[in-house]
Amino acid sequence: MLKFSKINILITTLLSIIVIFFTISNFTEFEDEFVNKKINLGLDLQGGSYLLLKIDNDPVIIKELQNKAISLKNVLKENNISVLNIRVTDDKKILLSINKKDVDKLNQLFNDKNGIVNPYFDQFKSFQFEIANQEGNFEIFFSKYGLIQLKTSSLDQAIEIVRRRVDEVGTNEPNILKRGNDRILVELPGLDDPMRIKNLLGKTANLSFRFVTQTNEETFGSEELEFEDGSEVANVSKRIIVSGENLIDAQPRMDNQTNETVVTFDFDRVGAKRFGRATTKGIGKRLAIVLDGKVISAPVIQEAIVAGSGQISGDFTFQSATDLALLLRSGALPAPLEIIEERTVGPGLGQDSIKSGLSALLIGFILVITFMLIKYRVFGIIANATLILNLFFLVGILTLFEATLTLPGIAGIILTVGMAVDANVLIFERIKEEIKNEKNQIIAFDAGYNKSRNAVLDANITTLIAAIILFFLGSGPIKGFAVTLGIGIFTTLFSVYFIARLFTSIYVIRNKNKDQLI
Amino acid sequence: MIQNLNFNKYYKLFNIISVVLVILSIISILFKGLNYGVDFKGGTLIELRINDNQTTISNLRSAFNNMNLGDVAIKNFGNDNDYLIKFVKKDRDKNLIQNIKKDLQSSIGPVFEFRRVESVGPKVSAELLNKGLIAIAASLGAMLFYIWIRFEWQFSLGAIIALFHDVILTIGIFSLFNIEINLSIVAALLTIVGYSMNDTVVIFDRVRENLKKHISIKIFELTNISINETLSRTIITSATTLLALLSIFIFGGEILKGFSLAMILGVIFGTYSSIYIANPTLVYLKVSYKTVVKEDK
Repeated sequence: MLKFSKINILITTLLSIIVIFFTISNFTEFEDEFVNKKINLGLDLQGGSYLLLKIDNDPVIIKELQNKAISLKNVLKENNISVLNIRVTDDKKILLSINKKDVDKLNQLFNDKNGIVNPYFDQFKSFQFEIANQEGNFEIFFSKYGLIQLKTSSLDQAIEIVRRRVDEVGTNEPNILKRGNDRILVELPGLDDPMRIKNLLGKTANLSFRFVTQTNEETFGSEELEFEDGSEVANVSKRIIVSGENLIDAQPRMDNQTNETVVTFDFDRVGAKRFGRATTKGIGKRLAIVLDGKVISAPVIQEAIVAGSGQISGDFTFQSATDLALLLRSGALPAPLEIIEERTVGPGLGQDSIKSGLSALLIGFILVITFMLIKYRVFGIIANATLILNLFFLVGILTLFEATLTLPGIAGIILTVGMAVDANVLIFERIKEEIKNEKNQIIAFDAGYNKSRNAVLDANITTLIAAIILFFLGSGPIKGFAVTLGIGIFTTLFSVYFIARLFTSIYVIRNKNKDQLI
Repeated sequence: MIQNLNFNKYYKLFNIISVVLVILSIISILFKGLNYGVDFKGGTLIELRINDNQTTISNLRSAFNNMNLGDVAIKNFGNDNDYLIKFVKKDRDKNLIQNIKKDLQSSIGPVFEFRRVESVGPKVSAELLNKGLIAIAASLGAMLFYIWIRFEWQFSLGAIIALFHDVILTIGIFSLFNIEINLSIVAALLTIVGYSMNDTVVIFDRVRENLKKHISIKIFELTNISINETLSRTIITSATTLLALLSIFIFGGEILKGFSLAMILGVIFGTYSSIYIANPTLVYLKVSYKTVVKEDK
């Protein structure tokens, strides 16, 4: 059993060369894409920002219900059902009252799987809305799956807008991912002050152009809105002339006449037409430019603007004008985002962490190999050579998969160094016991390997279980620890049974007539 | 080098000590509580470096107390120029960090640098805590399952009691000395679970083997023989693991201190419990040759 086939040796050698190559590849540059692989450094090592955003879907739900209420009114009219009362409540329900005689008719409309009143999702076997009926008083609200569908689509929209905004800022390889059905994870490597991004992501950027009016002048109603700078409160019509959806471009500019920073914008065709019509009719009126419920400015319309472009002025610095233009270009979020978790590591700390992590690795490694050398002499050399190759395998595999190395990940490598020798120790100790009863060294070594196998496997599987659970439940840096610890177990087993055993057998076969090999 | 030490002479003594320690740990955990970090409690953590020699911790204290952040905890972190600042603020203003920077500039001057900022909302921290507890429970469950298919129930029980012992004592010490518990401590606890199990299983493997080999020897003696036979492995592996961990603890920087401390404690407890908790359990459960053979059929 101590004999190895030539193919076996060849494969092991080949694999070793490959992992050594990939380990070295971290420190050099190659032309070829495939071989030029490097371990990614986690945000805790290279510095950067981790933001977890949560979508506040309540406004979306209310808006959807309001739209539903309006379309419902029309549908009921078409079906000759008279509506006594319909309104949307704050607890996300539509309250609808109709005559008792129409109840069956309405129920029929609601339970029609092919109808448009209450869409039916085949894949979930569920309607979009649920209804509760009490003698003509209906409560209509989103079903569980209706809600899921709404959240999914609002998440899809939001992540697109977030991506556009982050891309526009131009940070280095951002990572933007969905988390659950209402969260977005944004990782920004190398960014040590996420203030600007946080500001940009914190704005919904709902832009609208509306007239400033006198109270109750409008049939649509009006609302009192504050100015952005808090200087004034204006009564603004609820009727939207043009919204941000019709913008195709926005740029910060310097106005040559006033020497002011402004944001210029261009409408699409629909927007240009509406804007032209409104400004033609409204000369002399004030036009409020409203962003997220606050008035940026409300200039008096001097002349009709039909060219489909214009500019917003309002005490901007160049930075704030740039950011506003960016927000307008990237479009409005479907709902406000809240930052529920933030972790930022500065580049200085990242560098220090790499330094201390590597020195701990080096010192730990030296301590362990010295200990093994003193304890086992020749076999210590074998164990140590195995350990070194084991490290190459570990780092090589991490490189090959371009895994992310974190500070806890480095700790995982150090821990692997400490625990990897365990397998060799188990085997060597067993061999020592076997030699007591067995004169033939080769048979004793063979027995040592065989009889210790269960213990070695058990010992490694238990650690592997812990690593797997950590991988699935941990996040960020901790995941890095689970990865190095887990891969470390496989490389340890491989290096012990293929490399250390090879070295051991070569040594034993050459020295089989000597006494006391171990 | 097979020793012959009488570990079994002290089974009872150490069992009593362990029971007392576990009870003390539980009392401390229940009544003194745990010092949760921002991961689990929510709030904000700032690692701050001061770049001049004039600014003292009391300067910082008064600067932060003027910012109306509620209860602010400030302590040195690693060296004299680094500080860790922690607070929990209820209303979450998205400009909070920026405002703190501004306020600090005006009170102590531009002599500082934010090395790290962590801010965790109440919902996320509750989730993280929940996830951490699930992870620990899941790992204990997975170990239980593994050892249940590998060994007879008496062995499983012994190993699991040893695991609980190690985890409870480690958390107990963190509670007693008010050391912060964060995500990396949970990672350490899971690794401890793996390590402790590993250590126990190696001795159990030997007990099982010896049960079949020496039919006439009583379990009380047999555990002792098995412990002795595996002793040098136990010592060497614990030693190399501890060397690696000590290296992390001393040279690995402040961030890994808690993690490596938990692991060091865990390895010590794990090694101890494999000998003095797991094995006596086999004795109390009167494991014999029959236990192993019956299951084999």
